[in-house]
Amino acid sequence: MTSLAHTAPAAAPVRSGLWNFLVRLFRDKPLGAFGFVVCVVFLFCGLFADLLAPYGFNQISPINRLKPPGEKYWFGTDNLGRDMFSRILYGAQLSVIIGLSAAALATVVSVVIGVVSGYLGGKFDMVVQRFVDGWMAFPDLVILIVVVSVVGPGMGPVIVILGLLYGIGGSRIVRGAVLSVRENAYVHAAQSTGASLPRILWKHILPNVMAPVIVLFTTRVGAVILAESGLAFLGLGVPPPAPTWGGMLSGSGRAFMYQGPWLALAPGLCITIVVYAINVFGDALRDLLDPRMRGSR
Amino acid sequence: MTASAPDRVLSVRDLKVHFPVLAGAVLRRQVGSVRAVDGVSFDVRRGETLGLVGESGCGKSTTGLAVLRMLDITSGRVEFEGEDITGLDRAAMRPIRRRMQMVYQDPFGSLNPRMKVAEIVGEPLEVHGLAADRAAFRERVAALLDMVGLLPDMADRYPHEFSGGQRQRIGIARALALEPSLIVCDEPVSALDVSIQAQVVNLFQELQERLGLTYIFIAHDLAVVRHISHRIAVMYLGRIVEIAPRGELYARPLHPYTQALLAAIPIPDPAIEAGRPQQIISGEVPSAMRPPPGCRFHTRCPHAMDRCKTEDPPLKEIDGGRAVACHLYG
Repeated sequence: MTSLAHTAPAAAPVRSGLWNFLVRLFRDKPLGAFGFVVCVVFLFCGLFADLLAPYGFNQISPINRLKPPGEKYWFGTDNLGRDMFSRILYGAQLSVIIGLSAAALATVVSVVIGVVSGYLGGKFDMVVQRFVDGWMAFPDLVILIVVVSVVGPGMGPVIVILGLLYGIGGSRIVRGAVLSVRENAYVHAAQSTGASLPRILWKHILPNVMAPVIVLFTTRVGAVILAESGLAFLGLGVPPPAPTWGGMLSGSGRAFMYQGPWLALAPGLCITIVVYAINVFGDALRDLLDPRMRGSR
Repeated sequence: MTASAPDRVLSVRDLKVHFPVLAGAVLRRQVGSVRAVDGVSFDVRRGETLGLVGESGCGKSTTGLAVLRMLDITSGRVEFEGEDITGLDRAAMRPIRRRMQMVYQDPFGSLNPRMKVAEIVGEPLEVHGLAADRAAFRERVAALLDMVGLLPDMADRYPHEFSGGQRQRIGIARALALEPSLIVCDEPVSALDVSIQAQVVNLFQELQERLGLTYIFIAHDLAVVRHISHRIAVMYLGRIVEIAPRGELYARPLHPYTQALLAAIPIPDPAIEAGRPQQIISGEVPSAMRPPPGCRFHTRCPHAMDRCKTEDPPLKEIDGGRAVACHLYG
């Protein structure tokens, strides 16, 4: 009974929703499709790094230290003689996973806090928002150091901490959007028919704040990848020799910038490309999810 | 003014809706209240349309919302189909909400842009579990769309694909979904083009005849109200100053404020318009936070007497069927 509205539209398109979505993405949003392809390629590289990488990520070759990019080492080698191309591939695994999952966690946290606090308002909103104020006023680094020193460094803790850190701050943006959406007459109409709170939040509020939520997510991916590098620099991120892009950029990349600029260039470019790709894909996603942008069918 | 219990859909007695005015950054305390609705009483009979008119801020929309229990009632009593609904909680209101619906002013803000027309019109059915299966749901939605003059195959479109008038019809279909007995129409045509207004107003009348609906029709356009209402209540600063059958109100307005309102209706003929004596009331509407003592209209009334400044005139019934709150009459 409750799923009637979900099943009703499925009658029109013959093919599945995902297929339809991809067709529209490639037909209407070439730039977004490019971003999507780039993301898929990096995910693919990350997933199959073990097969694709010509060398191990920590395979040291002392005589080949700081070799510039060439036939044997496509992206050159670092100060310990490790192949940069292999490290970038393995890095895709770590950085893309950390970036996507921490950003996803952050977005979920933002949405839950922002939607509930913004819609309910009143005393509840007041209490939650003062907590958010306190959290945002507290230096991130202190929280990070405390948590990492308790649970120890590693990918899991980094994802959870960065997710919460960005999520709680980002809830303000979602709350702001909710405050404007909840004043719409259609929300009022749903209330006046006696619709339940979860229904109003899920069917009326959430779909109408998706635009800022998607933007929030896409900007967070880049921020998380860079934040992880900051953590790695302090020894609080994924510990070396694990090859995260951020770690490579802030570690050997910075130390040997003059002797081997490719050490900074390779991870730096990868971060740039992935962040750009996710951003343009996010923009396309936002437009495609909005019925008003669909034009004629 | 008073109707026998069975044919009375709604009965409002001394309704007050006050909004607290808070001050202070940290410890917020109440420093006053906006008396949006301050002692309003009226009845609505089954099958009739009660027009609620007055200028912006007079409390007509607030009255409509309070009657639907969408706002906290400060005091007074609202009886709907013989049942006192003033103190009912959320859960107890749910079955009653099936029988009272609302049509909104803004045809753009009142439809969720992310939902298809079928989902919008059918949402009340879903909320109250009234469609047995998907086929029944689609059938009911199609019937509702047909009832308001839309095509059933419009069900799978999104609101942005429709014009203002069509969107308002979708909003009406949604209000009809639960077969309510009372519909509060909050300025339902004021956002539409004049040519479309007539169509929508006619639709309201047609539906009333077919379905025996009862309307509270809130508006500031006196021509529209005159066309659709059986009785009209004129509001000023949170009070009803006059309530009368349509014909009598327009033919012989009693309250000075009603007279001023009717005199302000422009006549679409420049020659008559120029020669017509203008009764223009001066000044501004006083603040609803500090309404004047005595009659609320005495600060702007051309007939104000000393008595008006101190004594609040009650809404008094005169020559059957109409009532006025003014010291000039008794």
